[in-house]
Amino acid sequence: MTKRQGRMMWIGALLAGIALAAALGFTALRKNMMYFYTPSDLVAQTAPKHARLRLGGLVERGSVKRGDGLLINFTLADCAQKVQVRYEGILPDLFREGQGIVATGMVADDGSFRADEVLAKHDENYMPPELASSLKTVDGKHSCAPFKSVNGNVASAGVVE
Amino acid sequence: MAEIGHFALILALGVAIAQTVLPVIGYLRRDSRWLAIGVSGAQTQFGLIVLAYAALTLAFIYNDFSLKYVEANSHSALPLIYRLSAVWGAHEGSLLLWVLMLTGWGFAVSLSSRRLPADIAALVLATMGSISVGFLLFMLFTSNPFERQFPVPLEGHDLNPLLQDPGLIIHPPTLYMGYVGLSVAFSFAIAALITGKLDVAWARWTRPWTTTAWLFLTMGITLGSWWAYNELGWGGWWFWDPVENASFMPWLVGTALIHSLAVTEKRGVLKSWTVLLAILAFSLSLLGTFLVRSGVLVSVHAFATDPARGVFILAFLTVVLGSALLLYAIRAPKLVSDGAVELMSREGLLLLNNVFLVAAAAAVLIGTLYPLVVDALGIGKISVGPPYFNSIFLPLMMPLAVLVGMSARVGWKQARLRDALWSLRWIALGSVICAVLLPFVLERSWAWMAILGTALAVWVMIGALLDVVHRVRARRDRWQGLRSIPSGTWGMTLAHLGLGFWIFGVTYASLFSVEKDVRLAPGQAAEIGAYTFTFQGTQHSEGVNYRADTGSVIVERNGRLISKLQPEKRLYPSQGSVMTESAVDHNPRRDLYVALGEPIGDQDWALRLYYKPFIRMVWFGGVLMFIGGIFAASDRRYRLARHARAAAASDATAAV
Repeated sequence: MTKRQGRMMWIGALLAGIALAAALGFTALRKNMMYFYTPSDLVAQTAPKHARLRLGGLVERGSVKRGDGLLINFTLADCAQKVQVRYEGILPDLFREGQGIVATGMVADDGSFRADEVLAKHDENYMPPELASSLKTVDGKHSCAPFKSVNGNVASAGVVE
Repeated sequence: MAEIGHFALILALGVAIAQTVLPVIGYLRRDSRWLAIGVSGAQTQFGLIVLAYAALTLAFIYNDFSLKYVEANSHSALPLIYRLSAVWGAHEGSLLLWVLMLTGWGFAVSLSSRRLPADIAALVLATMGSISVGFLLFMLFTSNPFERQFPVPLEGHDLNPLLQDPGLIIHPPTLYMGYVGLSVAFSFAIAALITGKLDVAWARWTRPWTTTAWLFLTMGITLGSWWAYNELGWGGWWFWDPVENASFMPWLVGTALIHSLAVTEKRGVLKSWTVLLAILAFSLSLLGTFLVRSGVLVSVHAFATDPARGVFILAFLTVVLGSALLLYAIRAPKLVSDGAVELMSREGLLLLNNVFLVAAAAAVLIGTLYPLVVDALGIGKISVGPPYFNSIFLPLMMPLAVLVGMSARVGWKQARLRDALWSLRWIALGSVICAVLLPFVLERSWAWMAILGTALAVWVMIGALLDVVHRVRARRDRWQGLRSIPSGTWGMTLAHLGLGFWIFGVTYASLFSVEKDVRLAPGQAAEIGAYTFTFQGTQHSEGVNYRADTGSVIVERNGRLISKLQPEKRLYPSQGSVMTESAVDHNPRRDLYVALGEPIGDQDWALRLYYKPFIRMVWFGGVLMFIGGIFAASDRRYRLARHARAAAASDATAAV
């Protein structure tokens, strides 16, 4: 084998490797992408059914209801619409009423949302950027006063009696 | 005091500009006095940054809340050790740490510059100076840690409680050492491109620096994983979080780089590939900094949300990567290799390993950047979850593990596949036997993924030891044989052993972990396998700067007491934030992990219970790689100055 052929073979192997990685990559990517939706999207039924998706919104005041075991029901809202969320498991430390959260799961047949994961960030004033921008699009400068978190409201966090 | 720090930063910027420009002029004019400015510049700059860093540290020690940065990240009740680590607890300070490390690496290079030809040393330091210019400008214009505020607040906001953890004291500096250390390899690559001199001596100078950066990066990632496991209360050790990916990509390319540098040193081939990897590795470090610092990510780590900062780093990244690649395009064709590469040879297989590592890095890059690109284009908001990364990463890592195990039996230049495979037949057989038996013995499972993972782990571990065994057997006196093994070989052996342990840990921890969320009243119990977790209720207690509910959980196995675990739920009143302190009973075989969820009703608590087999092996593997890196970087031949200079001289005459 000449030097040139050897080099061509290498380049060929490299390209094949990259092509393989890219093919693997994009199939896996398509399968595992999750889109972000707001309660308004869900109510307007623009979100797909039977697909995993992420739902972001504010936990409505007074909507958190506990059931048997670790079952919990609450309402997620943006400034326009609300969606019932059902979740079974442990909530993150900063899950509070009035707080912005992102839930991962699927839309059930009755239009409610079955979450298998709930994320809240470790900052009381934090709002996921996606949520912040989606709230802004609802009305020019948004004031979701009924949902806003109040400093020191850690009643549901459990440490303060 | 703060003004001294601020002033030192401004002076350092001036010095960095001089350090960038003057040696280059010296190189063009062939004037050794101008070239020497690189060395003194690097040393002065380091001194100034140390001064600035000390000034900020003092501000934290004395609770100087007139500094915005101190006020935002400290509190008078914060323990001193955390006040010291709070210096890099947020954006501005961590940038200062970045620059401290960068100039520290520059300082180290300048100390060893006598071993290098004057022009190479000057160009390396000039390149490092230019990176420093970029970061100092960034700091002074968008994120000055010395900014004052009036009126002076009486109390600070406190450090994010997540960061109040021993793991967090050393994780960021270690990771930064690695990130920034790759700038040395980058600078050597740029110097090689400018001078057109890329020879065995160059590879020998570059190797210990790159290995050192790599070992810090390895340790930083390992510590980060360990911290996330202990502190985030999710019981995971890797989340494919974009910020983790940001540190993992440079690691993958850096690993490829240390291997291709080995080839360049031993055989004088793959030169332009090595240079390209050095450029890519550092660019990925910069990209990581951009991702973490620009606020484009939703993450625990992302504290900066000022868009100006993101734009600046992105522009800087573009300039650095663009000019480096331009230089590469112009000069790389001149880097002629000293021979061809056969696929079936150690260098051929190392190149193949490089392809896998770079492909893995590319896959991680796509998964990390794709959501950002989609968002920037306004198409939608998506996220890419761990299944993507797992499904792509594992198939790429498997052939890599096979290659690592073969490495000892494949010689340089040319080897025969059949001979290599034949000589490995007993080891392959042994790996397969272990692989079939171990998952059953340990976890009562015949899962094929477990068998495959065990086979690869055992294969890699035995393959790692072969080189040492070989060298010992080669001598009549075994003890002499053992002592004659160079520390570079020990380094490789340990690092590859570490990889084996890592594969083992990952396989078992991900396949056989049991995670259970339960609601328990005091006195109630839950079971995982043979383990019974009995909840005994919680007690209230007061910490230094927090209040806590401490639960107690008794773990028994077949009626025998294993451990009494005391997980905590803490409230930090200064920020109103709640933290979960998990409790773990660990040994090399398995971890038993308990975290408190939240109280439900009057007495009940939500509890998270985990059984994680062999998870310690994941970090143990990382530690072995780290130690291996220390051995490899301290190999005697890198310190033989005379040797290096002689090699350089002989190569120089050969080049003429």
